[in-house]
Amino acid sequence: MSHDHSLNPETMPNEPEKATLEGKNKFLGFWFFLGGETVLFASLFGTYIALRNSTADGPTANELFGLELVFIMTMLLLTSSLTSVYAMYHMKSNDFKKMQLWLGITAILGFAFLALEIYEFTHYIVDYDFTFRSSAFGSAFYTLVGFHGGHVTFGLAWLIAIMVRNAKRGLNLYNAPKFYTFSLYWHFIDVIWVFIFTVVYLMGKVG
Amino acid sequence: MSTVASQKRGFGEVLWDYLTTVDHKKIAHLYLIGGGFFFLLGGLEAMAIRIQLIKPENDFVSAGFYNELLTMHGTTMIFLAAMPLIFALMNAVVPLQIGARDVAFPFLNALGVWLFILGGILLNLSWFLGGAPDAGWTAYTPLSVTSPGHGVDFYVLGLQITGAGTLMSGINFLVTIINMRAPGMTYMRMPLFSWTTFVTSTLILFAFPALTIGLFLLMFDRMFGSAFFDVGLGGNSIIWQHLFWIFGHPEVYILILPAFGIFSDVIATYSKKRLFGYTAMVFATILIAFLGFMVWAHHMFTVGLGPVANSIFAIATMAIAVPTGIKIFNWLATMWGGRIEINSAMLWALGFIPSFTIGGMTGVMVASVVADYQYHDTYFVVAHFHYVIVGGVVFGILAGLHYWWPKMFGRVLHEGMGKLTFWTFFIGFHLTFFIQHFLGLMGMPRRYWVFLEGQGLDTGNLISTIGAFFMAFGVIVMLVNVVYTAVKGEKAVADPWDGRTLEWTIASPPPHYNFKQTPLVRGLDPLWIEKTEGKGHVTPAEPLDDIHMPNSSILPFLMSVGLFIAGFGFIYQVDYNWAYILLFGGMAMTLVCMLIRSLKDDHGYHIPKVELEREAD
Amino acid sequence: MKGWMGKLRAFALLGLTAIVLSACGKENLTALDPKGYGADQSLYLIILTTVIMLFVLAIVMIVYTIVLIRYRKKKGQEDFIPKQVEGNKTLETVWTIIPIILLLIIAVPTITATFDLADESAASDSLNVEVTGNQYWWHFNYEGQEIQTSQDLYVPVGERVYLNMMSSDVIHSFWVPTIAGKMDVNPENENTMYIEAQEEGVYWGKCAEFCGPSHSLMDFKVIAVSQEEFDQWVEDMQNVDPEAEPESTVAQEGQSLFQENNCMSCHAIGSSPAQIGPNLTNFGDRSTLAGVEDMTKENLVQWIMDPESMKPGNKMTGNYPEVSEDDAGKIAEYLMQLEPSEITPESAGTE
Repeated sequence: MSHDHSLNPETMPNEPEKATLEGKNKFLGFWFFLGGETVLFASLFGTYIALRNSTADGPTANELFGLELVFIMTMLLLTSSLTSVYAMYHMKSNDFKKMQLWLGITAILGFAFLALEIYEFTHYIVDYDFTFRSSAFGSAFYTLVGFHGGHVTFGLAWLIAIMVRNAKRGLNLYNAPKFYTFSLYWHFIDVIWVFIFTVVYLMGKVG
Repeated sequence: MSTVASQKRGFGEVLWDYLTTVDHKKIAHLYLIGGGFFFLLGGLEAMAIRIQLIKPENDFVSAGFYNELLTMHGTTMIFLAAMPLIFALMNAVVPLQIGARDVAFPFLNALGVWLFILGGILLNLSWFLGGAPDAGWTAYTPLSVTSPGHGVDFYVLGLQITGAGTLMSGINFLVTIINMRAPGMTYMRMPLFSWTTFVTSTLILFAFPALTIGLFLLMFDRMFGSAFFDVGLGGNSIIWQHLFWIFGHPEVYILILPAFGIFSDVIATYSKKRLFGYTAMVFATILIAFLGFMVWAHHMFTVGLGPVANSIFAIATMAIAVPTGIKIFNWLATMWGGRIEINSAMLWALGFIPSFTIGGMTGVMVASVVADYQYHDTYFVVAHFHYVIVGGVVFGILAGLHYWWPKMFGRVLHEGMGKLTFWTFFIGFHLTFFIQHFLGLMGMPRRYWVFLEGQGLDTGNLISTIGAFFMAFGVIVMLVNVVYTAVKGEKAVADPWDGRTLEWTIASPPPHYNFKQTPLVRGLDPLWIEKTEGKGHVTPAEPLDDIHMPNSSILPFLMSVGLFIAGFGFIYQVDYNWAYILLFGGMAMTLVCMLIRSLKDDHGYHIPKVELEREAD
Repeated sequence: MKGWMGKLRAFALLGLTAIVLSACGKENLTALDPKGYGADQSLYLIILTTVIMLFVLAIVMIVYTIVLIRYRKKKGQEDFIPKQVEGNKTLETVWTIIPIILLLIIAVPTITATFDLADESAASDSLNVEVTGNQYWWHFNYEGQEIQTSQDLYVPVGERVYLNMMSSDVIHSFWVPTIAGKMDVNPENENTMYIEAQEEGVYWGKCAEFCGPSHSLMDFKVIAVSQEEFDQWVEDMQNVDPEAEPESTVAQEGQSLFQENNCMSCHAIGSSPAQIGPNLTNFGDRSTLAGVEDMTKENLVQWIMDPESMKPGNKMTGNYPEVSEDDAGKIAEYLMQLEPSEITPESAGTE
């Protein structure tokens, strides 16, 4: 059982997420996974761009979108990305409490984003009668933005699960890669949102 | 009495062992069994197609059933036979070739195989639940959206589930090859099969998500009323073709590149020569993969994309012929000056060269846009891709199976039966498909349930059907061979072929930890180097020590079952509210298993040094 | 053994090619004996690419045969270890450069022909026909001519005819191999191609994009006639009186049954643009029923009684009132005498 002790060294190495072979594999594998996710979202963006003017007499992007709300959402998500960076910073200095704190803030910002997104969708459906089935544009919009929202939801569930699980036992070389891959995932979601903000909302208002 | 009981317990144990295994060698067996089963099923479908087309205006099967047959033949052969059989070989061989004890993610590996098996079963259950999908393996919209019944729903869910498994396996092999190579095993010392596995995994990673999205859109249109492909609401059915072929063309290379790798290893071994132009072979592989992503629209020359797009895609497509040609000539040059031993594995490689060259030739021919206006969607194209996929991929799989069977199962396949399989299959293959080039040009479109009397197509179709029976006979002999070998086959030594690479340095079949001591690699063809330098065995890179192994787990199987159940939920929620129980229940099952996996610590176990010492060679 | 196999294979290949080429299919269906501009272009490229590719195959097969004869393991060679060759820069460069040159020889005429066949500059001065693909029949609307017809497309020989094609349901593909290559018929956008028949005759057309159970039964015809005959046909078609009373009493009864049963709600006679079902203006002139069956009264009665048995998945089944065999016979009589023109597939040549 000497092996288990090696996961709890006296001092954390410089990059705890890559200190074990398992961690290294997880780190690299997750990067590849995000590569695949990029193609996934690229396909959705392609579909959206092809269909964004196919409104079939329903509401258009310009009529629907309000940039104020989306701007707030963008800020929330960008900030949450920053707070997750702080969390990883504290992971590397082996300060578990501070890491949990910053991860907690990340989660709160994520939930706020999600709440606004739910509000946004409800607003479109109730006030504009603009649904998934209204037009090809509607289908493409809800699919693209909804896929992102689904990723946020999954990310939050994941974050809370690992925070609760490790709350009592602190950081070690076994769970450090888990926290680290989460933060990679969260940054990825953030980058996707920046593209959504540009392609869906800005281009919708301008183009 | 007691023996029966013990045998029964034995079977239960074996079953449990395979349900929970995370060992890449056992997962290879699962891929082989699953892929082999679906290969036979796809073959039966092919035979029904050929019997229907034995004479004009035949009524062996009805029009609707014929469409189900042709759809399932294509879908099964690509997704459920060719890919899993390739994965079987990758799993069995790649970790051994690079000197690893297992893959990077053994758990994901098991998840991948179960997703494939259960997705394949889900898809095929459609036969018993109101009819199989009938919109072609390409499932072009709007035909696939408007296809009545649940057939296409099974297609969508079945492929979505197997596709997820494939994506995981792709990532797994990428990380395995990058992180788990033995000391000294640099990239430019990797055997070609490991190289092509690496490149293929990259293709999987970047190609499959396009299919995932395509399938989601199709699923939303069919089940949830969205309008992606509904022209009335502004939808556009061409989007599907783009997404499908952005996946679909790389898919061709996903299949053929590992076959190239197999041939490279097989030809080098049986010619007793180092692979000619190794570096060129590696870069040709990478170049083919790269170009493979920018040629998808050559499947769409007749869609009306305009002359500019058509010309660009034509040129890009023709460019692929250059690296492919390099490979053909390098194989010939490998054999040149060698001492060629012809046995059943080598026969498949030798049969491959002319067959695949013809397939590649017709590939250039269909890239010529205006000529393709005639070829497109006719039997010419059917002939072309069967020359590539049967003459390339299937021959490759069969070469690989004959070559590595001793390593996988510890027994050598029977040589005589192997040769009989080759000759009947090889002759049958050319008989079946060569004539189809002409049938296409004589005016026979593909996916035709009947051809009419008096249109000059009778003889060609008859010849083609006769050829199909030869192929079927070859497959039956192969099956007999497998059973015979399992019962009475000759026991294999560690290195039955005077091999060159690391997999031949360990026992056949290898122990579950593969390498007692990780080998030290001193160059390309490490075993050959040691042989020529008189040592005959590879130096270990580490002292004998405890070996860390991953724990078995039932979770991958349960997660796959969860998605399988949820698949039925998705399909039937359109008609019945109770199906939501299946949908949410199945998803919950999968997510809970994921949660358990994430939260339960699993450090694996160690094989103690003393035990390893006891198992002296 | 493998050596003579290579030769045998090459022989068999050549022999087979010769046999098949000598009978390259039915003359009004095959792409190997073109009678139209597009098909000519295609065949030229088919031959060019085949010749170049056979040259490559020949080189591969020669090397392959030599290798198998010379380097096969022989008795007494058990201990022979071949020289381990890494590669050869010169050779590898040669077999990279030569294929590139060969491909350029193919690429240039390919691109020229692609742009040539996409040329729409003459469209406004030419005859334009709007083509609609339907499960499982074809509709033709001669733009600006007040002519609607289905299944048989009449064109003047030696003239470019522009086809503006769209589908009413799923994707189809318009293919008349002897005249021109194919073009998809999509539901969301209009595709344009031109055809130019060089010889008079009747040419078979087929749907080349998988479109459902009766995909293989969606045949049609292109009837290429001389300019005078075409003008005559246009005049005949334009002068059709949809209400004209047939001569025989049986046909008259058929006509009233046709109206009573509301057949007109889908099928038009005359130049009405309605096209839920095929236009029947010159039904009696056609030589095939539903694209694939002989045009006999017996077949037509069977169609009216039970179209599903002849074209699975068609849109007529179940969407019209039940008709007795007797009535169906009368309707058939009426339909078969709808022969507005002397210009028919029979008059146009071989069938």
